[in-house]
Amino acid sequence: MKSDRELINSEGRRLDGRSPHDLRKIKIEAGVLHRADGSCSLEWGGNKVLVAVYGPREAVPRHVQNPLKAIVQARYNMAAFSVEDRKRPGPDRRSVEISKVISEALEKVVLIEQFPRASIDVNIEVLDAEAGTRCAGLTAAGVALVDAGIPLRDIPVACAAGKIGGRVVLDLGKEEDNFGDADLPIAISPRTGEVLLLQMDGHLTIDEFNEAFDLAMKGCYEVSEIQKKAILQKYQSAAAEVQE
Amino acid sequence: MTNEGRQVVIPGQILGEIPALRPGRGTFVENKKIFAERLGVMNIQEKFIHIIPLKGRYDPVVGDFVIGVVLEASTSNWMVDINAPYPALLHVNEVPWEIEFADTEKYLNTGDTILAKVLSVDESKKLQITLNDRNLFKLKGGHLIEFEPSVYRRIIGKKYSMIEIIQKYTRCRIKVGKNGRIWIDGDADGIEKVLAAISMIEREAITFGLTDRIEEFLKKDAKDVR
Amino acid sequence: MTIVPAIKRDYITKLAEQGKRIDGRGFDQYRPIEIETKVVNKAEGSARVKIGNTQVLCGIKMDIGEPFPDTPTTGVMSTAAEFVPLASPDFESGPPREDAIELARVVDRGVRESQVIQLEKLCITPGEKVWLVFIDIHILDYDGNLFDAASLAALAALLTTKVPISRFIKNLDEKDRASWQQQLQDIYTIPGIDEAPFGSDDTNNTQVTINDFPLPMIEPPISCTAVKINDFVLFDSCFDEEIIADARLTVATDHKGDIRAMQKGLSGSFSREEIQKVIKGALDNGQEIRKILNHSIGK
Repeated sequence: MKSDRELINSEGRRLDGRSPHDLRKIKIEAGVLHRADGSCSLEWGGNKVLVAVYGPREAVPRHVQNPLKAIVQARYNMAAFSVEDRKRPGPDRRSVEISKVISEALEKVVLIEQFPRASIDVNIEVLDAEAGTRCAGLTAAGVALVDAGIPLRDIPVACAAGKIGGRVVLDLGKEEDNFGDADLPIAISPRTGEVLLLQMDGHLTIDEFNEAFDLAMKGCYEVSEIQKKAILQKYQSAAAEVQE
Repeated sequence: MTNEGRQVVIPGQILGEIPALRPGRGTFVENKKIFAERLGVMNIQEKFIHIIPLKGRYDPVVGDFVIGVVLEASTSNWMVDINAPYPALLHVNEVPWEIEFADTEKYLNTGDTILAKVLSVDESKKLQITLNDRNLFKLKGGHLIEFEPSVYRRIIGKKYSMIEIIQKYTRCRIKVGKNGRIWIDGDADGIEKVLAAISMIEREAITFGLTDRIEEFLKKDAKDVR
Repeated sequence: MTIVPAIKRDYITKLAEQGKRIDGRGFDQYRPIEIETKVVNKAEGSARVKIGNTQVLCGIKMDIGEPFPDTPTTGVMSTAAEFVPLASPDFESGPPREDAIELARVVDRGVRESQVIQLEKLCITPGEKVWLVFIDIHILDYDGNLFDAASLAALAALLTTKVPISRFIKNLDEKDRASWQQQLQDIYTIPGIDEAPFGSDDTNNTQVTINDFPLPMIEPPISCTAVKINDFVLFDSCFDEEIIADARLTVATDHKGDIRAMQKGLSGSFSREEIQKVIKGALDNGQEIRKILNHSIGK
């Protein structure tokens, strides 16, 4: 599909005014829900996601239990009103696939051996969608897991890069995702650089892939700093708030 | 008196290196580097780095005093919710009563609350609790609330200092379960004061001077605070 | 399923005998209510409501579709509710449970039977094209009284909804546009519309309005829900009160003080006097909540 608008002009300015390596605006808040063990509210460009973590708790039904470790069950769900054309409530195939790749990414960083037979349930609700919801969801999930006190090797983070108008750019926005040439979301463990999630669709040469991959990694590190600030904002500031 | 707090650490944060320091609770090691695995505050004792968690579900340890709520009664045991990731089993042999076969419901039924002790935790985290001890019994009357299990130590205080202050100023009988549950018995005003104190401790867990502030707070009329 | 400890149940009841509640409120008192509108960009209307710790988000989506055969000039509305696992450790994923369906239907009736949305003003071409209004309730945090939070969220969202004609105009052919223009005579009477809503479409010179306009609404009734624990009637139950409640009664009242909807739930019963108590409490609280609602939509 080709847009009749230029996604990126000769000076590298994108439709929303960003430069090729700019992230959209991100706002993260930890511990926003009352019933959940851990939670996170995240805004990323036009995306709004809310994540709740419950667990560890006994995995049900019995047959999904792993006697040696916990399982991580992420559930990605889009609200009916989160997209331009209303989506019928309930999981569709896309949601199921995204849930699966996110579960697998998170399992690598959660210290699951500490909780045999248990499940760590990560519920990702997309309330407002604008390209990159899986990266927003996984990033928020990382914060929610910390907020829940789940033992982790690292705080996972995700970011996407892509190609528009022949140029490799960071963090695709809505039209860039619809009309661009390639989309590459990745999730990493920022401490080690290990890749936990990787998907790509579109068309990239090997060189373009390398450029996009490096750019997405750089984006991940930037977002990781925002995650950490949000967590410390919630927990460290309790001390600052105490006045004589 | 300072109102600063301890430094919060996050999972994956590097804390130190072997052999200058040694890995304690809540840490893991990679390439001789010691990392935090939980959100918490760091505590170094005799070169061991421990993480005192700020959040997280209760992790049962043998010998813990816990407050449990009976889920169901079976012929020779009860399943009890002890606010852990797993329910605990209470066997008929582990209670002070002589129970006729299948008479379990007469003694403990769904919804009953008990002060128990963790008896065993096996490798797959199957839990057993016991009531076989003079200071373990079924709880009656009063109120039951939950708190963030990781602030248990702050609620008890050094040498029971905190919990004694709370009991003194509220005139309530209080039993604190390690599993994040408190049973409180007293008049309505006293119970309200206890609840307010617990909320305050949860919020300000990492600060210094908390015990004194709680004492000051409890000295005031409870009606001032909501 | 969360088991209620008998101790807690007894404590709540004992307090009630002394005229008190576990969080210190009066029997008729609501927890603090917060309403935020226009919180979802993709939705035509949206609102997030907090009552105490309970949080509900409602989004309104609109589309163009066929009317029902027996009401060829009337828009169509439908309501759904998702009790997503995010909101409570007891909510499971899967098809809607009966609670979710009951909630959706009660909210739906509250809007539909009082004709809060002026559906007759949402016709484009009689018998062929009308506006469809989708009300989607998303529970975010469950601490009791979902009925009132959900109704309030739906109303706040509807009252700040803009009919997205500018997005859909290109899908309408000449016949529809002409018919739409006929309908616009009615739209003039909607408060909030500028004197001259007509703009002109660039692609052809037909004088058709392409400004999104507020969804035509009337002053809505406000829902208030009370539960019964033993002989005590408590408004705006929190989670602990709700799970031990014997019965529940929702009463919707309008700005004139008339009753517009009622729903009793759970397996306990109400006496005549208790019902009167609930009606009175619903009227009083309804008025207060109406003020909060109007303030949130900028009235």
